[in-house]
Amino acid sequence: MTELHHQTLAELSAGLRARRFSSVELTQHFLSRIERMNPALNAFITVTGEQALAAAAKADQQIAAGKGGALTGLPIVHKDIFCTDGVLTTCGSRMLSNFTAPYDATVVARLSQAGVIMLGKANMDEFAMGSSNETSYYGPVKNPWDLKKVPGGSSGGSAAAVAARLAPAATGTDTGGSIRQPAALTSLTGIKPTYGRVSRYGMIAFASSLDQAGTLTLSAQDAAMMLGVMAGFDERDSTSVDTPVPDYVAALGQPLAGLKIGLLQEFFEKGLDEANGKLVRDALKVYEALGAKLIEVSLPNLPLSVPTYYVVAPAECSSNLSRFDGVRFGYRCENPVDLMDLYKRSRGEGFGAEVKRRIMTGTYVLSAGYYDAYYLRAQKVRRLITDDFARAFNEVDVLIGPTSPTPAFDIGAKTDDPITMYLNDIYTIGANLAGLPAMSIPCGFLGGLPVGLQIIGPHFAEAKLLNVAHAYQCETQWHKQMPAGYE
Amino acid sequence: MSFETVIGLEIHAQLATRTKIFSSAATAYGAPPNAQANLVDLGYPGVLPVLNQAAVRMAVKFGLAIGANVSQRSVFARKNYFYPDLPKGYQISQFETPIVAGGTLDIVLEDGSRKTVGITRAHLEEDAGKSLHEDFQGFTGIDLNRAGTPLLEIVSEPEMRSAKEAVAYMKKIHTLVRYLEICDGNMQEGSFRCDANVSVRPFGQEKFGTRCEIKNLNSFRYIEKAINYEVARQIEIIEGGGKIKQETRLFDPDKGETRPLRSKEEANDYRYFPDPDLLPVAIDAAYIETVRQTLPELPDQKAARYIEKFGLSVYDAGVLTASREMGDFYESVLVELPGNEKLAANWVMGELSGALNKDGVEITASRIDAKRLAGLLARIVDATISGKLAKEVFEQMWAQGKDADAIIEAKGLKQITDTGAIEKVIDAVMAANPKQLVDYRSGKDKLFGFFVGQVMKITAGKANPAQVNDLLKQKLAG
Repeated sequence: MTELHHQTLAELSAGLRARRFSSVELTQHFLSRIERMNPALNAFITVTGEQALAAAAKADQQIAAGKGGALTGLPIVHKDIFCTDGVLTTCGSRMLSNFTAPYDATVVARLSQAGVIMLGKANMDEFAMGSSNETSYYGPVKNPWDLKKVPGGSSGGSAAAVAARLAPAATGTDTGGSIRQPAALTSLTGIKPTYGRVSRYGMIAFASSLDQAGTLTLSAQDAAMMLGVMAGFDERDSTSVDTPVPDYVAALGQPLAGLKIGLLQEFFEKGLDEANGKLVRDALKVYEALGAKLIEVSLPNLPLSVPTYYVVAPAECSSNLSRFDGVRFGYRCENPVDLMDLYKRSRGEGFGAEVKRRIMTGTYVLSAGYYDAYYLRAQKVRRLITDDFARAFNEVDVLIGPTSPTPAFDIGAKTDDPITMYLNDIYTIGANLAGLPAMSIPCGFLGGLPVGLQIIGPHFAEAKLLNVAHAYQCETQWHKQMPAGYE
Repeated sequence: MSFETVIGLEIHAQLATRTKIFSSAATAYGAPPNAQANLVDLGYPGVLPVLNQAAVRMAVKFGLAIGANVSQRSVFARKNYFYPDLPKGYQISQFETPIVAGGTLDIVLEDGSRKTVGITRAHLEEDAGKSLHEDFQGFTGIDLNRAGTPLLEIVSEPEMRSAKEAVAYMKKIHTLVRYLEICDGNMQEGSFRCDANVSVRPFGQEKFGTRCEIKNLNSFRYIEKAINYEVARQIEIIEGGGKIKQETRLFDPDKGETRPLRSKEEANDYRYFPDPDLLPVAIDAAYIETVRQTLPELPDQKAARYIEKFGLSVYDAGVLTASREMGDFYESVLVELPGNEKLAANWVMGELSGALNKDGVEITASRIDAKRLAGLLARIVDATISGKLAKEVFEQMWAQGKDADAIIEAKGLKQITDTGAIEKVIDAVMAANPKQLVDYRSGKDKLFGFFVGQVMKITAGKANPAQVNDLLKQKLAG
């Protein structure tokens, strides 16, 4: 039998149902790997070993009784941004380093109801702000493909854990690329669904109009399995959309002939590493061989994505993070002398530098005299970008291009200049601004480091995206490669 | 220099929904601290607001009742500031696009004059919690039960020109929201709160003077006192050559003065922006129409009907329609006693209201219900007892909870209408008071009252007054 940690969720699911191994064995297998290998990676903030084994035992009973579903008994990791009842939920921050969540996020509850086992909570950039997992209060996460490199962010812990095969899958969140970019840097399949497809209830808010929950998995098929359970209307989230959830797994095998793939002119312009670009074009050849047509399209307002995002996201986050004030929960400074002191020191000591930077930026762009010039204007540009995408989708079915301008960079290389760091999101941000579903799948290596291919679709076209990704994964082996030392 | 007073009122009415505006926690008053604040109200990480549709319905009702424009698309905005009783660090409110815009309210002043006051807007927002600065040894206790309760903030145009106008406006809004059953108007419990923006300017000047906002006005009496004090304070400053400092002031009811709010540092920039966690409130014309169908007869409509159909004065109609319950009570009395509108009005406004106030009881819990009161009035109408005696009967009815007839019977209070009996008493009185008789017949008309009094004394007030008058006149004349 193949090693348990080489198998996808789909394979493990079949294995459990065929009684080739039990959920307890499977869970223990990953817990042992975590114990041995996580210290070098720092992918986990909390490991919930006892809880996981207890849940696994229950899952085994279910399976033995012929009950449960496709996900029953499968262990995964949750990004530490999701509230997990009775379990430490830190959001990668000192501010929540003492916070035991009193409830489960909807995503967590739905997966748990489907029988999924939680191995632990994954490290992440503080409050999801970052593209390298270097802003975490709990220290940087290392990329299993090269321990000197970043795994990407903000879902860096989720990515590193799955890439190192410490778990077969993980949840993540994506506000400006935080699932797709780490997936690209660690050779995983990442999906950010349409805004409103998955409930945000219990997902600690960074930028409310951009945040979306998704997955990091070893294959598109696995993503389809998880998304089918996670997606769907939640009455506790007013921004969740009440539209039926298709059977993503069933839709995987659709033939691609006639698929119209848009190549974004703006994506292939300067700034894209030539070698990186070549890998993307090679990937496109695979699609052409499958019967897809390539069409050049242009989104003229797309270059404004990064400045637009870096006005809107900080604005929303500056407001969302006001609740962290040392009063009702979370970090509180010692011996506050009065209210102002309580606020200043709790927040000053509780938040890291990048979070403070974004709170300041956000406060500024919303302030009297600047709101019109910054926030309001950015939202208008956002509308233009969204309209550009809509126009493109009249011509094509999906857009394909690179996920990240470069492969993984050195830890510490970009921390001095936030702007350079922000430019990592240059290809991913557009989809968040427009609320579109997008994926990243492995498409090759540059100097031994993974490169990701991004696929963007129109609203609620997850089934199509997964289908397109799956087709590529049937023809290629990139997604099956494992980092040295973690096989 | 003579000054004109300019007043605008901001009223916060707590909407009478069962649960909060964005969470499912209960809104009932009086629970132990923090027993009615759930994770959403507490602003825990990851929670999200969900709009209570009943609050929207109530806001629409109000908008229709004041003839305002009900917006088919309104947006919730975050008002950002830090305070411990504001758990999220922002209040969800409405800024640029309120659900109700424009509208008017007609008020009637004590002297009977009328005025139409414009209403700028009314919008939905959530209430903050309570900060209790006493009883905690130098700390402040935070009770978040109130956090998230729906509020309708009603903003008037700065069109009131005196404290009395402000009181009349506030009372009318108070009546209206209770008629509409969207707010219980309980000012002691904080369901109905008023802030006044007050400024003065020289008569004839177009530009508004600098205004001060007065908070903590939770009774009609306080509003009048506070405004008058504030106006005098501002005039004194200006006449002394000074400038008004724009600030928020608190009314101190014990001292009868306003003073600046404990220095609340710099003015806040609320950094309003549309709340990305909530969708715009979209309502269509059909929905608005269904809400319109549920509107009750409004106070002005009811008052107009009383004036036209019952022939009541503007003042009486105003008093009787001040609450739906009083109007309903009054009309129930009329059902039993048609054609006696003025009599019924006097008794409801007079004796009944007096008894209710004395016992601190609402008219719906009156110890004498409409039917019983009608029963009493019927005995005045059919002359069984005099109006004066009826008051005594009323008191007995209130104390004992019995019908008028039972009391009249028990106390033998039936009016004496037997002409012969009355004549007998008059003869006796005349015989017993020969001097007064002589004086009266020689021109001292005032003594008529003396004779009436004597007759009433002997009959223990039961003689029918009209008959006494007639018969006395005849007999005294000789």
